Amino acid sequence: MDEKLLEIRNLAVEYHTDEAVVYAVNNVNLTVKKGETIGLVGETGAGKTTIARSILRILPPPTARIVSGEILFNSTDLLKLSEKEMQKVRGNKIAMIFQDPMTALNPIETVGFQIAEAIQRHNKITHFEAEKRACDMLEMVGIPMERYSEYPHQFSGGMKQRVVIAMALSCNPELLLADEPTTALDVTIQAQVLDMMESLKKRLGTSVVLITHDLGVVADTCDSVAVVYAGEIVERGTVEHIFDFAAHPYTLGLFGSLPQLDSKERRLKPIKGMMPDPTNLPPGCRFYERCPEAIKECAEAPPPDVEVAPGHTVKCIRVKGDAA
Amino acid sequence: MRKKRKQSRLLEVWHQLKKNKVAVVALFVLVLLFLVAIFAPYLAPHPYEKQNSKLANAGPSREHPLGNDRLGRDILSRLIYGTRQSLQMGIVSVAIAAAIGILLGSVAGYYGGWVDNLSMRLLDIYQAVPMFLLSVSLAAILGPSLRNAIIALGIGTVPGYARIMRASVLTVREKEYVEAARAINASDIRIIFKYIIPNSIGPLIVQITMGVGSCILAGSALSFIGLGVQPPVPEWGAMISDARRVMREHPTHALYPGLCVMISVLACNLLGDGLRDALDPRLKN
Amino acid sequence: MTPLLEVRNLKKYFKTRYGLLHAVDDVSFTLDRGKTLGVVGESGCGKTTLGRTVLHLTEPTDGQIFFEGRDIMYPKKRELRKLRENMQIIFQDPYSSLNPRMTVSEAIMEPLILRGGMSNDEMLAETRKLMDTVGLASRFENSYPHELDGGRRQRIGIARALALKPKFIVCDEPVSALDVSIQAQIINLMLDLQEEFGLTYMFVTHDLSVVKYISDEIMVMYLGQVVEKAPSDELFANTLHPYSKALLSAIPIPNIHKKRKRILLRGEITSPVNPKPGCRFMARCDYAREECNEPQVLEESSPGHFVACCRYKEIMTS
Repeated sequence: MDEKLLEIRNLAVEYHTDEAVVYAVNNVNLTVKKGETIGLVGETGAGKTTIARSILRILPPPTARIVSGEILFNSTDLLKLSEKEMQKVRGNKIAMIFQDPMTALNPIETVGFQIAEAIQRHNKITHFEAEKRACDMLEMVGIPMERYSEYPHQFSGGMKQRVVIAMALSCNPELLLADEPTTALDVTIQAQVLDMMESLKKRLGTSVVLITHDLGVVADTCDSVAVVYAGEIVERGTVEHIFDFAAHPYTLGLFGSLPQLDSKERRLKPIKGMMPDPTNLPPGCRFYERCPEAIKECAEAPPPDVEVAPGHTVKCIRVKGDAA
Repeated sequence: MRKKRKQSRLLEVWHQLKKNKVAVVALFVLVLLFLVAIFAPYLAPHPYEKQNSKLANAGPSREHPLGNDRLGRDILSRLIYGTRQSLQMGIVSVAIAAAIGILLGSVAGYYGGWVDNLSMRLLDIYQAVPMFLLSVSLAAILGPSLRNAIIALGIGTVPGYARIMRASVLTVREKEYVEAARAINASDIRIIFKYIIPNSIGPLIVQITMGVGSCILAGSALSFIGLGVQPPVPEWGAMISDARRVMREHPTHALYPGLCVMISVLACNLLGDGLRDALDPRLKN
Repeated sequence: MTPLLEVRNLKKYFKTRYGLLHAVDDVSFTLDRGKTLGVVGESGCGKTTLGRTVLHLTEPTDGQIFFEGRDIMYPKKRELRKLRENMQIIFQDPYSSLNPRMTVSEAIMEPLILRGGMSNDEMLAETRKLMDTVGLASRFENSYPHELDGGRRQRIGIARALALKPKFIVCDEPVSALDVSIQAQIINLMLDLQEEFGLTYMFVTHDLSVVKYISDEIMVMYLGQVVEKAPSDELFANTLHPYSKALLSAIPIPNIHKKRKRILLRGEITSPVNPKPGCRFMARCDYAREECNEPQVLEESSPGHFVACCRYKEIMTS
């Protein structure tokens, strides 16, 4: 059960533009176990999507560079594979779904055909068989197979996202990267889609990396959590640890700024200031400027990962001080 | 202080443009042509209208590096003076066309409904007549002269600008900042001039640069068929037309002005291409 | 005391290719000075249209609107100008609600210029004061919107809306496009401003947890109609309408110990084109019965709590 499916070691990604270098991902370590759903939580520009895109190696080519690191998938380093070998992994072993279902589907092909095509790309089967499996996939995500030959514009947003999910799962991937899959949907539709994803995950045993900014969605669906801030994972652990014993000031700040339904308070507690400019990161802790707990030493050197409990690490020197 | 900001925007575009070597060369050529047009009297070795029957169709010489035409006029001097007419035709006619096009396009696009329908159907009718044929007939009606050729070309090319502007306005119109402007009591005129036009003019700038090239070409064509600049004032198209009669014996008479037209049109198009990339914010990073 | 804003049976229909779209259908409410009305619903429920119709950014089809007791349903051009100084709007998308060609100070000064009656220096001073009020550092005054992040941009939008010292502001999803930590900053700012200037808000959003923080009264809309209206605390404590219940249960809460049962709705929101007279939620409702085909009226279940469901009593006891 505790088998590692994906292990990211010291990943660093930079975007080189004419004016500056954007340090998008810095020294990220992440492990995804088989059958696990891990939530990558963070704000816009924190580097969540870049991490996911590096796994599939679909970063925008001229500017993005993977500077260092290893991405071990079933013990093979994806970063060392040739492009041809990588194509066999993409969509087959690892699939990705994006935030906007509208742009992920080809508007001039029927949805069924698109799923069947995805299946045939990775499997040597006849078109008839692929079609049959595409029908099964549609049924599985809760779309009647009579809608096989309809076009994307005939589907609503939630239905389109279901089609996209069906397409992503059609080759039985071992890992699904879901980049804000429900952000564009209404809450009641989001509830439907999350519910469906959960039951599919149970049935197929797929591991999921769920990228989201919504801690509520994380609480509902994830087994473990990694909090991303300014290109680093500042805290990671099981969902119980993060929600009950959050230790990093940023994680605590995130919880404080959430409007909560069952809270009686009239004021929110926002985190002051903003994320640092990724072209000009501070030498010490990236959260230093905004941190209520900051001391002089925080600004001097990057904080190490401190293990506060088994599997629960925090990138903060203050935590160590408290424990010691 | 605010002026400085506007300048930095231009600087940004220049920064982007600089990367495109071809566009920089094109810009350099155009600047050079401008300078030639402005300083023509100082640059030209001879008066453009001075005839010398002894030198009729003479080949290149130290005195006349490009030779003399059939009336013995210095070809180099005529080319240099011709820059003035050609550039005028290109730039002024495009300015007329773009001004009318921008206004028409933004009014049609902003108001929509019957205003849009009416103006677009009128443009349909307008465009049913080939642009060059229209310019030719206009020039013929107005009488041949540089000014009339410019007016004819300007009016003939309005529809292209109007349509691009309208399409661009249609997307800008839906932006929330236009609604925000209405919510703070901005009048339609202010909205069109301060909100709509500055934000939808981007695609047009490329069209305008390229339009200069095509108007130089069309202007030369008008002069070629005798509806543009009148002799003895030199103009490249007219010079080619003039050289027709001695084409077989002295092909260079037509070649030189032809090259001038080609180079200036090419420069405009290449610069337009470069500007398109430089202005596109998506290509910035 | 007359309420600041009173809306009676407001209707806004759009003609579409497929028929008449009932974007806002028979909506009534009153809003007292200094209070906040939250309008909640999913996309296509008419909440945005409602806000714009009240401000006459789109013309209402039918009904009555009173502002400070005066009928403003069909204002003359001059009346409308005066009115807009008192009623403003903050938009959802801080990226598209600012003219990219205007600097921060130009954008905030624009309403002052349009009203007139101030010298350049006075306007500049006022602009700086506004920037200070919304927490924008003066070094940004010559920046262009694209150089700023979403939170700062939204502050510009707020400063612009405040420039004419309005009494009433429609906030159209002002924090939906922002990250949580920034979202909290903006919500707190809006609460501060309300206190300082005695503002009245109509807060339009799809996010029930945000609306709870800021609203005194909440109105839940579905397909153009109000299905439930109640004081904020009452609505959350005593949710009556099946749709409000489902909406509330669908919000993922960031708490791993409270595993609630999500009410999963069948199907998706339809479009309010040529709707049938009965309950519009019927097709997705677990409680639907024969009598739901009749038009539903808002009934007062307890003082101030209105619900448009003929079966709410049975639901309440079950």
